[in-house]
Amino acid sequence: MKFLVFLEHHEGRLQKDSLGVLGKAASLGEAEAVLLGSELEALAANAGRFGAQRVHVIDDVLLDKPLPQPRVDALKTLVGEGGFDAVLFAASVLSADVAGGLAARLDAGLNYDLTDLAVEDGKLIGTRPALGDSVYADVGWSSEPRLALFRSGSFEPSETGGSAEVVKFESRLQDFSLAATMVEQAHEESEGPSIEDADVIVAGGRGLGGPEGFEAVEELAKALGGAVAATRAVVDAGWYPYAAQVGQTGKTVSPKLYVAVGISGAIQHKVGMQSSGLIVAINKDPNAPIFEYADLGVVGDLNEILPKLTELVRARKAA
Amino acid sequence: MKIAVCAKYVPEATAARRIDPSTKRLDRTGEGALNPFDANAVEEGLKLKEAVGDAEVVIVSVGPTKALEAMRRALAMGADRVVLVSDDAAAGSDLVATSRVLAAALEREEPDLVLFGQQANDGDGAVLWAAVADRLQRPLISQVAELEHEDGKVRGKRQTEFGYDVIEAPLPAVVAVSDAINVPRYPALKGIMGAKKKPQETLSLADLGVPADEAGEAGSRTTVEALNDPPARGDTVKLEDDGSAAEKIVEFLQEKRAL
Repeated sequence: MKFLVFLEHHEGRLQKDSLGVLGKAASLGEAEAVLLGSELEALAANAGRFGAQRVHVIDDVLLDKPLPQPRVDALKTLVGEGGFDAVLFAASVLSADVAGGLAARLDAGLNYDLTDLAVEDGKLIGTRPALGDSVYADVGWSSEPRLALFRSGSFEPSETGGSAEVVKFESRLQDFSLAATMVEQAHEESEGPSIEDADVIVAGGRGLGGPEGFEAVEELAKALGGAVAATRAVVDAGWYPYAAQVGQTGKTVSPKLYVAVGISGAIQHKVGMQSSGLIVAINKDPNAPIFEYADLGVVGDLNEILPKLTELVRARKAA
Repeated sequence: MKIAVCAKYVPEATAARRIDPSTKRLDRTGEGALNPFDANAVEEGLKLKEAVGDAEVVIVSVGPTKALEAMRRALAMGADRVVLVSDDAAAGSDLVATSRVLAAALEREEPDLVLFGQQANDGDGAVLWAAVADRLQRPLISQVAELEHEDGKVRGKRQTEFGYDVIEAPLPAVVAVSDAINVPRYPALKGIMGAKKKPQETLSLADLGVPADEAGEAGSRTTVEALNDPPARGDTVKLEDDGSAAEKIVEFLQEKRAL
Protein backbone atom coordinates (compact mmCIF):
# COMPACT_ATOMS: atom_id res chain seq x y z
CA MET A 1 0.00 0.00 0.00
CA LYS A 2 1.31 3.43 -0.92
CA PHE A 3 0.72 6.34 1.45
CA LEU A 4 1.11 10.07 1.09
CA VAL A 5 1.62 11.89 4.39
CA PHE A 6 0.95 15.62 4.63
CA LEU A 7 3.84 17.05 6.63
CA GLU A 8 3.23 20.19 8.59
CA HIS A 9 6.14 22.49 9.36
CA HIS A 10 6.51 25.49 11.59
CA GLU A 11 9.51 27.82 11.80
CA GLY A 12 11.83 25.39 10.06
CA ARG A 13 10.76 22.31 12.00
CA LEU A 14 8.74 19.33 10.89
CA GLN A 15 5.88 18.88 13.32
CA LYS A 16 6.06 15.91 15.65
CA ASP A 17 2.53 14.66 15.05
CA SER A 18 2.94 14.55 11.28
CA LEU A 19 6.26 12.70 11.67
CA GLY A 20 4.44 10.25 13.93
CA VAL A 21 1.88 9.61 11.18
CA LEU A 22 4.73 9.23 8.68
CA GLY A 23 6.30 6.55 10.88
CA LYS A 24 2.97 4.72 11.05
CA ALA A 25 2.64 4.84 7.26
CA ALA A 26 6.19 3.52 6.81
CA SER A 27 5.36 0.59 9.11
CA LEU A 28 2.35 -0.36 6.95
CA GLY A 29 3.73 0.12 3.44
CA GLU A 30 5.47 2.53 1.13
CA ALA A 31 5.50 6.01 2.65
CA GLU A 32 5.89 9.21 0.70
CA ALA A 33 5.38 12.70 2.06
CA VAL A 34 4.46 16.15 0.83
CA LEU A 35 5.79 19.44 2.13
CA LEU A 36 4.37 22.75 0.94
CA GLY A 37 5.91 26.21 1.11
CA SER A 38 9.10 27.73 -0.24
CA GLU A 39 12.77 26.75 0.09
CA LEU A 40 11.97 23.54 1.87
CA GLU A 41 14.30 21.06 0.17
CA ALA A 42 16.69 20.66 3.11
CA LEU A 43 13.77 20.20 5.48
CA ALA A 44 12.17 17.73 3.08
CA ALA A 45 15.30 15.58 3.02
CA ASN A 46 15.04 15.35 6.82
CA ALA A 47 11.78 13.45 6.49
CA GLY A 48 13.76 10.51 5.16
CA ARG A 49 15.06 9.83 8.65
CA PHE A 50 11.46 9.37 9.80
CA GLY A 51 10.43 6.88 7.14
CA ALA A 52 9.70 8.80 3.93
CA GLN A 53 11.10 7.24 0.76
CA ARG A 54 10.21 10.25 -1.33
CA VAL A 55 9.16 13.77 -0.41
CA HIS A 56 7.20 15.91 -2.85
CA VAL A 57 7.86 19.62 -2.44
CA ILE A 58 6.46 22.79 -3.92
CA ASP A 59 8.59 25.90 -3.97
CA ASP A 60 6.00 28.66 -3.94
CA VAL A 61 5.87 31.70 -1.65
CA LEU A 62 2.08 31.68 -2.01
CA LEU A 63 2.19 28.60 0.24
CA ASP A 64 4.33 30.15 2.96
CA LYS A 65 1.44 31.17 5.20
CA PRO A 66 -0.38 28.32 6.93
CA LEU A 67 -3.67 28.72 5.03
CA PRO A 68 -5.55 25.60 3.99
CA GLN A 69 -7.17 26.31 0.63
CA PRO A 70 -4.09 26.67 -1.63
CA ARG A 71 -2.84 23.46 0.00
CA VAL A 72 -5.96 21.70 -1.19
CA ASP A 73 -5.11 22.82 -4.75
CA ALA A 74 -1.56 21.50 -4.43
CA LEU A 75 -2.63 18.17 -2.98
CA LYS A 76 -5.31 17.78 -5.65
CA THR A 77 -2.59 18.18 -8.27
CA LEU A 78 -0.28 15.66 -6.61
CA VAL A 79 -2.90 13.08 -5.64
CA GLY A 80 -4.70 13.56 -8.96
CA GLU A 81 -1.66 12.09 -10.71
CA GLY A 82 -2.66 8.86 -9.04
CA GLY A 83 -0.77 6.12 -7.35
CA PHE A 84 -1.59 6.86 -3.72
CA ASP A 85 -3.88 4.46 -1.90
CA ALA A 86 -4.25 6.77 1.08
CA VAL A 87 -3.47 10.34 2.12
CA LEU A 88 -2.80 10.81 5.84
CA PHE A 89 -2.93 13.92 8.04
CA ALA A 90 -2.09 14.60 11.69
CA ALA A 91 -4.82 16.78 13.16
CA SER A 92 -4.10 20.47 13.67
CA VAL A 93 -5.96 23.69 13.03
CA LEU A 94 -4.41 23.77 9.55
CA SER A 95 -4.50 20.07 8.63
CA ALA A 96 -8.17 19.55 9.53
CA ASP A 97 -9.16 22.27 7.06
CA VAL A 98 -6.84 20.87 4.37
CA ALA A 99 -8.20 17.34 4.81
CA GLY A 100 -11.85 18.49 4.81
CA GLY A 101 -11.33 20.59 1.69
CA LEU A 102 -9.49 17.80 -0.12
CA ALA A 103 -12.26 15.31 0.66
CA ALA A 104 -14.77 17.56 -1.10
CA ARG A 105 -12.43 18.33 -3.98
CA LEU A 106 -11.72 14.65 -4.71
CA ASP A 107 -15.11 13.31 -3.53
CA ALA A 108 -12.97 11.05 -1.38
CA GLY A 109 -13.86 9.47 1.95
CA LEU A 110 -12.31 11.13 4.99
CA ASN A 111 -12.24 9.31 8.31
CA TYR A 112 -11.33 11.71 11.11
CA ASP A 113 -10.37 11.60 14.77
CA LEU A 114 -8.58 8.29 14.19
CA THR A 115 -6.20 6.94 16.81
CA ASP A 116 -4.78 4.02 14.84
CA LEU A 117 -4.49 2.49 11.39
CA ALA A 118 -3.96 -1.10 10.29
CA VAL A 119 -3.99 -3.24 7.17
CA GLU A 120 -6.26 -6.26 7.69
CA ASP A 121 -6.59 -8.79 4.83
CA GLY A 122 -5.30 -6.16 2.45
CA LYS A 123 -7.91 -3.70 3.66
CA LEU A 124 -7.14 -0.42 5.39
CA ILE A 125 -8.94 -0.08 8.74
CA GLY A 126 -8.89 2.94 11.02
CA THR A 127 -9.71 3.10 14.72
CA ARG A 128 -12.18 5.82 15.64
CA PRO A 129 -13.20 6.32 19.26
CA ALA A 130 -16.78 7.61 19.49
CA LEU A 131 -19.34 8.81 22.06
CA GLY A 132 -16.80 10.20 24.49
CA ASP A 133 -14.50 7.29 23.63
CA SER A 134 -16.93 4.75 25.12
CA VAL A 135 -17.03 2.91 21.78
CA TYR A 136 -14.16 2.16 19.42
CA ALA A 137 -15.32 1.89 15.81
CA ASP A 138 -13.39 0.15 13.05
CA VAL A 139 -13.85 2.38 10.03
CA GLY A 140 -13.08 1.83 6.36
CA TRP A 141 -13.29 3.46 2.97
CA SER A 142 -15.40 2.57 -0.06
CA SER A 143 -13.38 4.51 -2.64
CA GLU A 144 -9.87 5.71 -3.34
CA PRO A 145 -7.89 7.60 -2.37
CA ARG A 146 -8.65 7.07 1.30
CA LEU A 147 -8.19 10.17 3.45
CA ALA A 148 -7.44 9.90 7.16
CA LEU A 149 -7.02 12.53 9.85
CA PHE A 150 -5.41 11.36 13.10
CA ARG A 151 -5.81 12.72 16.60
CA SER A 152 -2.80 14.56 17.83
CA GLY A 153 -0.49 12.36 19.87
CA SER A 154 -1.60 9.15 18.15
CA PHE A 155 1.88 8.04 17.10
CA GLU A 156 5.43 8.70 18.25
CA PRO A 157 7.87 9.54 15.44
CA SER A 158 10.52 6.89 14.96
CA GLU A 159 13.90 7.79 13.56
CA THR A 160 14.89 4.99 11.23
CA GLY A 161 17.78 6.79 9.59
CA GLY A 162 16.77 6.41 5.95
CA SER A 163 17.05 9.03 3.26
CA ALA A 164 14.38 10.48 1.05
CA GLU A 165 14.41 11.44 -2.58
CA VAL A 166 13.16 15.02 -2.88
CA VAL A 167 10.94 15.63 -5.91
CA LYS A 168 9.69 19.06 -6.91
CA PHE A 169 6.25 19.62 -8.34
CA GLU A 170 4.15 22.58 -9.33
CA SER A 171 0.50 23.36 -8.99
CA ARG A 172 -1.86 26.02 -10.19
CA LEU A 173 -3.62 27.67 -7.28
CA GLN A 174 -7.28 28.66 -7.62
CA ASP A 175 -8.32 32.29 -7.27
CA PHE A 176 -10.78 31.50 -4.47
CA SER A 177 -8.06 29.60 -2.64
CA LEU A 178 -5.93 32.74 -2.51
CA ALA A 179 -8.79 35.05 -1.49
CA ALA A 180 -8.26 34.58 2.26
CA THR A 181 -5.04 36.23 3.40
CA MET A 182 -3.04 36.15 6.61
CA VAL A 183 -2.77 39.70 7.92
CA GLU A 184 -1.07 38.90 11.21
CA GLN A 185 0.59 35.96 12.87
CA ALA A 186 1.67 36.07 16.48
CA HIS A 187 3.51 33.42 18.38
CA GLU A 188 3.28 32.82 22.05
CA GLU A 189 6.65 32.00 23.48
CA SER A 190 6.47 29.43 26.18
CA GLU A 191 9.19 28.08 28.40
CA GLY A 192 9.92 24.39 28.38
CA PRO A 193 8.37 21.79 26.08
CA SER A 194 4.95 22.34 24.50
CA ILE A 195 2.26 19.99 25.73
CA GLU A 196 2.19 18.12 22.41
CA ASP A 197 5.88 17.33 22.64
CA ALA A 198 6.20 16.69 26.35
CA ASP A 199 6.78 13.22 27.82
CA VAL A 200 5.46 14.44 31.16
CA ILE A 201 2.50 16.76 31.71
CA VAL A 202 1.27 18.21 34.97
CA ALA A 203 -2.23 19.56 34.48
CA GLY A 204 -4.25 21.83 36.73
CA GLY A 205 -7.99 22.34 37.14
CA ARG A 206 -10.47 24.26 39.23
CA GLY A 207 -9.30 22.53 42.39
CA LEU A 208 -6.23 24.79 42.32
CA GLY A 209 -8.48 27.54 43.62
CA GLY A 210 -7.12 30.35 41.45
CA PRO A 211 -4.40 31.36 38.99
CA GLU A 212 -1.83 31.44 41.81
CA GLY A 213 -2.41 27.69 42.26
CA PHE A 214 -0.53 27.12 39.01
CA GLU A 215 2.77 28.11 40.67
CA ALA A 216 2.88 24.79 42.49
CA VAL A 217 1.91 22.99 39.28
CA GLU A 218 4.71 24.72 37.39
CA GLU A 219 7.20 23.80 40.10
CA LEU A 220 6.26 20.13 39.91
CA ALA A 221 6.35 20.19 36.09
CA LYS A 222 9.82 21.74 36.20
CA ALA A 223 11.03 19.11 38.66
CA LEU A 224 9.67 16.33 36.42
CA GLY A 225 11.04 17.97 33.24
CA GLY A 226 7.54 18.30 31.87
CA ALA A 227 5.02 20.80 30.56
CA VAL A 228 2.01 22.42 32.21
CA ALA A 229 -1.51 21.86 30.91
CA ALA A 230 -4.87 23.20 32.02
CA THR A 231 -8.52 22.29 31.80
CA ARG A 232 -11.05 24.22 29.85
CA ALA A 233 -12.70 25.58 33.00
CA VAL A 234 -9.55 27.31 34.19
CA VAL A 235 -8.62 28.56 30.72
CA ASP A 236 -12.10 30.06 30.41
CA ALA A 237 -11.64 31.62 33.84
CA GLY A 238 -8.40 33.20 32.60
CA TRP A 239 -6.11 31.34 35.03
CA TYR A 240 -3.92 29.88 32.28
CA PRO A 241 -3.37 30.43 28.52
CA TYR A 242 -5.44 28.56 25.93
CA ALA A 243 -2.32 27.05 24.33
CA ALA A 244 -2.12 24.77 27.36
CA GLN A 245 -5.73 23.59 27.18
CA VAL A 246 -6.29 19.85 27.05
CA GLY A 247 -9.64 18.32 26.17
CA GLN A 248 -12.43 18.28 23.65
CA THR A 249 -12.06 21.93 22.69
CA GLY A 250 -8.31 22.01 23.27
CA LYS A 251 -5.50 19.62 22.49
CA THR A 252 -5.29 15.87 22.67
CA VAL A 253 -2.13 14.72 24.39
CA SER A 254 -0.58 11.37 25.15
CA PRO A 255 2.51 11.85 27.31
CA LYS A 256 4.16 8.97 29.12
CA LEU A 257 3.06 10.48 32.44
CA TYR A 258 0.05 12.73 33.07
CA VAL A 259 -0.38 14.17 36.55
CA ALA A 260 -3.86 15.67 37.02
CA VAL A 261 -4.08 18.09 39.92
CA GLY A 262 -7.44 19.39 41.11
CA ILE A 263 -9.14 18.09 37.97
CA SER A 264 -12.48 16.31 38.34
CA GLY A 265 -12.03 14.65 34.95
CA ALA A 266 -15.30 15.21 33.09
CA ILE A 267 -15.62 13.46 29.75
CA GLN A 268 -14.61 16.65 27.86
CA HIS A 269 -11.25 16.48 29.61
CA LYS A 270 -10.94 12.72 29.44
CA VAL A 271 -11.03 12.58 25.64
CA GLY A 272 -8.01 14.88 25.53
CA MET A 273 -5.69 12.85 27.74
CA GLN A 274 -6.90 9.31 28.31
CA SER A 275 -4.35 7.73 25.99
CA SER A 276 -1.55 8.94 28.28
CA GLY A 277 0.81 6.19 29.40
CA LEU A 278 0.37 6.62 33.12
CA ILE A 279 -2.24 8.80 34.80
CA VAL A 280 -1.82 10.04 38.37
CA ALA A 281 -4.69 12.07 39.84
CA ILE A 282 -4.75 14.18 42.99
CA ASN A 283 -8.16 15.48 44.03
CA LYS A 284 -9.89 16.16 47.31
CA ASP A 285 -13.23 14.77 46.08
CA PRO A 286 -13.19 10.96 46.41
CA ASN A 287 -16.02 10.76 43.85
CA ALA A 288 -14.24 12.71 41.10
CA PRO A 289 -14.70 10.90 37.75
CA ILE A 290 -10.97 11.06 37.09
CA PHE A 291 -10.46 8.30 39.67
CA GLU A 292 -12.30 5.93 37.33
CA TYR A 293 -9.51 6.04 34.76
CA ALA A 294 -6.42 7.13 36.68
CA ASP A 295 -3.73 4.51 37.33
CA LEU A 296 -3.03 6.05 40.71
CA GLY A 297 -5.65 8.16 42.45
CA VAL A 298 -4.83 10.15 45.55
CA VAL A 299 -7.63 11.65 47.61
CA GLY A 300 -6.16 14.56 49.51
CA ASP A 301 -5.29 18.24 49.75
CA LEU A 302 -3.14 19.27 46.82
CA ASN A 303 -1.72 22.19 48.81
CA GLU A 304 -0.16 19.66 51.17
CA ILE A 305 0.83 17.04 48.62
CA LEU A 306 2.25 19.13 45.75
CA PRO A 307 5.14 20.88 47.56
CA LYS A 308 6.22 17.60 49.20
CA LEU A 309 6.00 15.73 45.92
CA THR A 310 8.05 18.42 44.14
CA GLU A 311 10.74 18.20 46.83
CA LEU A 312 10.89 14.40 46.62
CA VAL A 313 11.09 14.43 42.83
CA ARG A 314 13.88 17.03 42.92
CA ALA A 315 15.79 14.95 45.45
CA ARG A 316 15.32 11.81 43.36
CA LYS A 317 16.48 13.54 40.17
CA ALA A 318 19.51 15.01 41.93
CA ALA A 319 20.53 11.63 43.33
CA MET B 1 -26.67 41.22 3.62
CA LYS B 2 -27.69 37.60 3.85
CA ILE B 3 -26.13 35.44 6.57
CA ALA B 4 -26.64 31.68 6.52
CA VAL B 5 -25.95 29.79 9.74
CA CYS B 6 -25.43 26.05 9.35
CA ALA B 7 -26.95 24.24 12.30
CA LYS B 8 -27.19 20.61 13.30
CA TYR B 9 -29.88 18.69 15.12
CA VAL B 10 -28.17 16.58 17.77
CA PRO B 11 -29.40 14.28 20.53
CA GLU B 12 -30.24 16.10 23.76
CA ALA B 13 -27.07 16.44 25.85
CA THR B 14 -28.70 14.80 28.85
CA ALA B 15 -29.95 11.78 26.89
CA ALA B 16 -28.01 8.53 27.07
CA ARG B 17 -26.38 8.11 23.69
CA ARG B 18 -25.92 4.83 21.94
CA ILE B 19 -24.98 3.50 18.55
CA ASP B 20 -27.59 1.32 16.89
CA PRO B 21 -25.75 -1.98 16.30
CA SER B 22 -27.77 -2.79 13.16
CA THR B 23 -27.10 0.46 11.29
CA LYS B 24 -23.87 1.28 13.15
CA ARG B 25 -25.15 4.85 13.29
CA LEU B 26 -25.87 7.05 16.26
CA ASP B 27 -29.37 6.33 17.55
CA ARG B 28 -31.28 9.54 16.86
CA THR B 29 -34.72 8.34 17.90
CA GLY B 30 -34.67 10.18 21.24
CA GLU B 31 -35.14 13.83 22.06
CA GLY B 32 -33.01 16.28 20.13
CA ALA B 33 -31.82 19.85 20.30
CA LEU B 34 -29.92 22.54 18.44
CA ASN B 35 -26.22 21.66 18.65
CA PRO B 36 -24.99 23.96 21.46
CA PHE B 37 -21.88 24.97 19.51
CA ASP B 38 -24.11 26.19 16.67
CA ALA B 39 -25.78 28.63 19.06
CA ASN B 40 -22.48 30.57 19.00
CA ALA B 41 -22.75 30.83 15.21
CA VAL B 42 -26.40 31.95 15.48
CA GLU B 43 -25.41 34.57 18.06
CA GLU B 44 -22.60 35.88 15.85
CA GLY B 45 -24.98 36.06 12.89
CA LEU B 46 -27.48 38.03 14.96
CA LYS B 47 -24.80 40.42 16.23
CA LEU B 48 -23.70 41.03 12.67
CA LYS B 49 -27.28 41.64 11.60
CA GLU B 50 -27.73 44.15 14.41
CA ALA B 51 -24.56 45.96 13.34
CA VAL B 52 -25.39 45.98 9.63
CA GLY B 53 -29.09 46.76 9.98
CA ASP B 54 -30.33 45.52 6.63
CA ALA B 55 -29.60 41.82 6.96
CA GLU B 56 -31.29 38.45 7.11
CA VAL B 57 -30.19 35.43 9.17
CA VAL B 58 -31.21 32.09 7.66
CA ILE B 59 -30.72 28.81 9.49
CA VAL B 60 -29.73 25.99 7.13
CA SER B 61 -29.83 22.43 8.39
CA VAL B 62 -29.84 18.85 7.14
CA GLY B 63 -31.66 16.36 9.35
CA PRO B 64 -34.87 14.55 10.22
CA THR B 65 -38.20 16.44 10.05
CA LYS B 66 -38.32 16.74 13.82
CA ALA B 67 -35.16 18.87 13.59
CA LEU B 68 -37.43 21.77 12.68
CA GLU B 69 -38.65 22.02 16.24
CA ALA B 70 -35.09 22.21 17.59
CA MET B 71 -34.20 24.86 15.01
CA ARG B 72 -36.98 27.05 16.44
CA ARG B 73 -34.61 27.85 19.24
CA ALA B 74 -32.49 29.74 16.70
CA LEU B 75 -35.63 31.52 15.47
CA ALA B 76 -36.52 32.37 19.07
CA MET B 77 -33.04 33.87 19.48
CA GLY B 78 -33.82 36.13 16.53
CA ALA B 79 -33.01 34.32 13.28
CA ASP B 80 -35.42 35.12 10.46
CA ARG B 81 -36.19 31.75 8.90
CA VAL B 82 -35.19 28.11 8.62
CA VAL B 83 -34.40 25.94 5.63
CA LEU B 84 -34.27 22.26 6.53
CA VAL B 85 -33.20 19.61 4.05
CA SER B 86 -34.97 16.48 5.19
CA ASP B 87 -34.96 13.36 3.10
CA ASP B 88 -34.72 9.69 4.10
CA ALA B 89 -32.17 9.27 1.32
CA ALA B 90 -29.86 11.72 3.12
CA ALA B 91 -29.71 9.72 6.37
CA GLY B 92 -26.32 8.24 7.19
CA SER B 93 -24.42 10.75 5.07
CA ASP B 94 -20.68 11.00 5.76
CA LEU B 95 -18.61 14.14 5.23
CA VAL B 96 -18.54 13.95 1.44
CA ALA B 97 -22.30 13.39 1.18
CA THR B 98 -23.30 15.88 3.90
CA SER B 99 -21.13 18.61 2.41
CA ARG B 100 -22.70 18.00 -1.00
CA VAL B 101 -26.26 18.35 0.32
CA LEU B 102 -25.45 21.34 2.52
CA ALA B 103 -23.55 23.11 -0.27
CA ALA B 104 -26.55 22.61 -2.59
CA ALA B 105 -28.88 24.18 -0.01
CA LEU B 106 -26.45 27.08 0.48
CA GLU B 107 -26.06 27.64 -3.25
CA ARG B 108 -29.82 28.07 -3.47
CA GLU B 109 -29.67 30.79 -0.80
CA GLU B 110 -26.58 32.57 -2.16
CA PRO B 111 -25.61 34.08 1.22
CA ASP B 112 -22.90 36.71 1.64
CA LEU B 113 -21.61 34.92 4.71
CA VAL B 114 -21.90 31.29 5.81
CA LEU B 115 -21.34 30.67 9.52
CA PHE B 116 -20.58 27.36 11.26
CA GLY B 117 -20.18 26.49 14.95
CA GLN B 118 -16.93 24.90 16.03
CA GLN B 119 -18.11 21.30 16.10
CA ALA B 120 -21.14 19.13 16.71
CA ASN B 121 -21.42 17.63 20.15
CA ASP B 122 -22.41 14.24 18.77
CA GLY B 123 -19.23 13.04 17.18
CA ASP B 124 -18.16 15.41 14.50
CA GLY B 125 -14.71 15.98 13.10
CA ALA B 126 -14.84 19.75 12.77
CA VAL B 127 -14.09 19.36 9.06
CA LEU B 128 -17.47 20.06 7.46
CA TRP B 129 -16.93 23.78 6.88
CA ALA B 130 -13.74 23.15 4.93
CA ALA B 131 -15.54 20.69 2.66
CA VAL B 132 -18.46 23.09 2.18
CA ALA B 133 -16.14 26.06 1.48
CA ASP B 134 -14.39 23.98 -1.17
CA ARG B 135 -17.67 23.00 -2.83
CA LEU B 136 -18.89 26.62 -2.79
CA GLN B 137 -15.44 27.84 -3.90
CA ARG B 138 -15.49 30.47 -1.18
CA PRO B 139 -12.65 31.64 1.08
CA LEU B 140 -12.61 30.06 4.51
CA ILE B 141 -11.62 31.25 7.99
CA SER B 142 -12.00 28.65 10.74
CA GLN B 143 -11.76 28.55 14.55
CA VAL B 144 -12.57 32.28 14.70
CA ALA B 145 -12.65 33.72 18.22
CA GLU B 146 -13.14 37.38 17.16
CA LEU B 147 -14.93 38.45 14.00
CA GLU B 148 -15.02 41.89 12.40
CA HIS B 149 -16.88 42.97 9.32
CA GLU B 150 -16.32 46.04 7.16
CA ASP B 151 -16.18 47.11 3.51
CA GLY B 152 -17.33 43.78 2.15
CA LYS B 153 -14.66 41.88 4.06
CA VAL B 154 -14.49 39.80 7.20
CA ARG B 155 -11.50 39.56 9.47
CA GLY B 156 -11.16 36.71 11.95
CA LYS B 157 -8.75 36.21 14.80
CA ARG B 158 -8.12 32.65 15.85
CA GLN B 159 -6.07 30.61 18.24
CA THR B 160 -3.69 28.05 16.78
CA GLU B 161 -1.20 25.59 18.24
CA PHE B 162 1.48 28.26 18.02
CA GLY B 163 -0.25 31.49 18.95
CA TYR B 164 -2.85 33.34 16.97
CA ASP B 165 -3.58 34.24 13.36
CA VAL B 166 -5.57 37.11 11.93
CA ILE B 167 -7.05 36.19 8.56
CA GLU B 168 -9.02 38.39 6.20
CA ALA B 169 -11.37 37.33 3.42
CA PRO B 170 -13.64 39.12 0.97
CA LEU B 171 -17.35 38.27 1.02
CA PRO B 172 -18.92 35.95 0.12
CA ALA B 173 -17.01 33.77 2.57
CA VAL B 174 -17.33 30.85 4.97
CA VAL B 175 -16.46 31.40 8.63
CA ALA B 176 -16.42 28.78 11.39
CA VAL B 177 -16.52 30.31 14.85
CA SER B 178 -15.11 28.92 18.08
CA ASP B 179 -17.30 28.85 21.16
CA ALA B 180 -15.01 31.42 22.75
CA ILE B 181 -16.41 34.07 20.38
CA ASN B 182 -19.54 34.98 22.34
CA VAL B 183 -22.14 33.90 24.87
CA PRO B 184 -25.34 33.01 23.03
CA ARG B 185 -28.37 34.99 24.18
CA TYR B 186 -31.31 33.26 25.82
CA PRO B 187 -34.47 33.54 23.76
CA ALA B 188 -36.89 36.04 25.28
CA LEU B 189 -40.48 34.93 25.82
CA LYS B 190 -41.59 37.15 22.94
CA GLY B 191 -39.04 35.48 20.68
CA ILE B 192 -40.22 32.03 21.69
CA MET B 193 -43.85 32.99 21.02
CA GLY B 194 -42.97 34.45 17.63
CA ALA B 195 -40.67 31.64 16.48
CA LYS B 196 -43.43 29.34 15.27
CA LYS B 197 -44.78 31.98 12.90
CA LYS B 198 -41.47 32.59 11.16
CA PRO B 199 -40.95 30.97 7.73
CA GLN B 200 -39.83 27.34 7.98
CA GLU B 201 -39.19 25.50 4.76
CA THR B 202 -38.51 21.79 4.35
CA LEU B 203 -36.76 20.69 1.19
CA SER B 204 -36.12 17.28 -0.34
CA LEU B 205 -32.97 16.24 -2.21
CA ALA B 206 -34.99 16.51 -5.44
CA ASP B 207 -35.84 20.15 -4.59
CA LEU B 208 -32.11 20.81 -4.52
CA GLY B 209 -31.34 18.74 -7.61
CA VAL B 210 -29.13 16.35 -5.64
CA PRO B 211 -29.50 12.77 -6.96
CA ALA B 212 -30.48 10.35 -4.16
CA ASP B 213 -27.43 8.18 -4.84
CA GLU B 214 -25.12 11.13 -4.10
CA ALA B 215 -26.44 11.47 -0.56
CA GLY B 216 -26.90 9.18 2.43
CA GLU B 217 -24.98 5.94 2.58
CA ALA B 218 -25.05 5.60 -1.22
CA GLY B 219 -23.21 8.90 -1.58
CA SER B 220 -20.81 8.27 1.26
CA ARG B 221 -17.21 7.12 0.86
CA THR B 222 -16.56 5.86 4.37
CA THR B 223 -17.89 2.85 6.22
CA VAL B 224 -18.22 1.62 9.78
CA GLU B 225 -16.99 -1.98 9.83
CA ALA B 226 -17.31 -2.91 13.48
CA LEU B 227 -17.94 -1.51 16.95
CA ASN B 228 -15.65 -2.54 19.78
CA ASP B 229 -15.25 -1.88 23.47
CA PRO B 230 -12.55 0.62 24.37
CA PRO B 231 -9.23 -0.89 25.39
CA ALA B 232 -9.23 -1.59 29.12
CA ARG B 233 -6.98 0.40 31.36
CA GLY B 234 -5.37 -1.32 34.32
CA ASP B 235 -7.05 -1.07 37.68
CA THR B 236 -6.90 2.19 39.57
CA VAL B 237 -4.87 2.18 42.75
CA LYS B 238 -6.70 4.63 45.01
CA LEU B 239 -5.46 5.91 48.33
CA GLU B 240 -6.34 8.59 50.86
CA ASP B 241 -3.60 10.96 51.93
CA ASP B 242 -2.48 10.17 55.46
CA GLY B 243 0.49 12.48 55.19
CA SER B 244 2.54 10.03 53.12
CA ALA B 245 0.84 10.48 49.72
CA ALA B 246 3.80 12.29 48.16
CA GLU B 247 6.14 9.40 49.10
CA LYS B 248 3.64 6.89 47.76
CA ILE B 249 3.34 8.73 44.44
CA VAL B 250 7.12 8.72 44.05
CA GLU B 251 7.26 4.99 44.89
CA PHE B 252 4.54 4.32 42.32
CA LEU B 253 6.35 6.32 39.62
CA GLN B 254 9.60 4.49 40.33
CA GLU B 255 7.88 1.13 40.22
CA LYS B 256 6.42 2.07 36.81
CA ARG B 257 9.80 3.43 35.72
CA ALA B 258 8.28 6.87 35.12
CA LEU B 259 10.84 8.66 37.25
